[in-house]
Amino acid sequence: MPEPAFFVVMLAKIAVVFGLMLLSVAYLTWLERKVISDFQVRLGPMRVGPHGLLQPIADGIKLMFKEDIIPEAADRAIYVLAPTLALIPAFISFAVIPFGDRVRLFGQSIDMVISDVNVGLLYLFGVASLGVYGIVLGGWASNNKYALLGGLRSAAQMISYELSMGLSVVGVLMLSESLSLVRIVGAQSKAWFILLQPIGFLIFLICAIAETNRAPFDLPEAETELVAGFHVEYSSMKFAMYFMAEYANMITVAALATTLFLGGWRGPFLPPVVWFLAKLYLVIFLFIWIRATLPRFRYDQLMRFGWKVLLPLALANIVITAAFVALR
Amino acid sequence: MEWLLFVPLAALALGTAAFVILLRNPIYCALALVGTFFALSGLYLLLQAEFVAVVQVIIYAGAIMVLFLFVIMLLDVGHEPPPWLRRDRPRLLLGLGLVALLVLELAVAIGSWIAPGIRGPYTSDYVNAVGNTQLIGRLLFTEFLIPFEITSIILLIAIVGAMVLARRQ
Repeated sequence: MPEPAFFVVMLAKIAVVFGLMLLSVAYLTWLERKVISDFQVRLGPMRVGPHGLLQPIADGIKLMFKEDIIPEAADRAIYVLAPTLALIPAFISFAVIPFGDRVRLFGQSIDMVISDVNVGLLYLFGVASLGVYGIVLGGWASNNKYALLGGLRSAAQMISYELSMGLSVVGVLMLSESLSLVRIVGAQSKAWFILLQPIGFLIFLICAIAETNRAPFDLPEAETELVAGFHVEYSSMKFAMYFMAEYANMITVAALATTLFLGGWRGPFLPPVVWFLAKLYLVIFLFIWIRATLPRFRYDQLMRFGWKVLLPLALANIVITAAFVALR
Repeated sequence: MEWLLFVPLAALALGTAAFVILLRNPIYCALALVGTFFALSGLYLLLQAEFVAVVQVIIYAGAIMVLFLFVIMLLDVGHEPPPWLRRDRPRLLLGLGLVALLVLELAVAIGSWIAPGIRGPYTSDYVNAVGNTQLIGRLLFTEFLIPFEITSIILLIAIVGAMVLARRQ
């Protein structure tokens, strides 16, 4: 492909993915409120637009016009920087996830992924491990005890569960013999890795929920004990940025689960992109379902579960998979 | 082309490294160090060492510095006056001496026989053909197996040591 065309295609892909991501983030808030309402036998947002469909737009406009308060004793520079630090990793991690098969367009073959990096999976883990800065720094810079506690909790939680998350996908790496997500999807042409790595998938899913700070692992922002945790002092668009980062992370993690364990964009009859989105939203629905069902962990339970249950289980899974691969 | 990326990255690495020792708030210092790690990671990418670049970010920026921040926040470390205001003659001289030694070492290494370009079988063509992650994995488990295992034992000892020390209190 000639270079100018390459840049045009690249920019177009980035624009489309970024736009869809923003739209999905907005409408995920609507979806979550609606689904949880159903679980709790109530209607949820109904007033703005048919079935509350315009609610996310109204919320967005409202947040933009809210007063932006910065606490007097806050560390201003970091207080302003922190929401951005949370938002950027959440959005750039989608860059290596393949959302479709290669297509031919205007005589050019175009990969349905922004960038097929040969260390794609490690890139994702690297970027994800940076998300914790936004939360910890926001909690610290607010100069508020609840915020600091929430921030520190989240740092401990994210580091603990990142470990098991990393180990849970080693089985997938051994089976696909690659770190490139495009090749990992390619390796699932016969069987999805959820069939070969059921324990790995389960550990990954649990860690994914913990990494995105969602219930039952939402201790960093536990309303009943920490008011709202690390973002208690944030208002207006800065609060909205944390909110967006959380939902964007949820999309990325669901996309990763889809790519690593559910065969990515693979599936019969329907176009690949449709399959990819269907699986993605199935995983997201599962996240919402779990939030509506399970109560929050206690802090010591959370740590014990991560280090004494998930970690040994992930290691055992690696040993068994390694034996299987070696004997094959 | 490479200079367009190398010069800004090198400047970023040096600038943030300078801020690590010049800034007074320890949190800012830690963040400046994270910036240095990012610049280094970019330099590794320029050398086509993708694996090292990403691992640099995962381990140093993503894990170690987060724990540093954690400790700084919990201990509430106070602001320190910058080194040139501390009037600590012996330490200043020691530092300057070490800087001189390091500059000398670098000058010798760059200027002469220690690093005359790439030697041995690991040219960038070869590395790209095998894949740099695969090559590192293969070397770790063949040529460098014993150092690799010894490193893991040392790390294990450090962990056990930390546990013992923490338990005693």
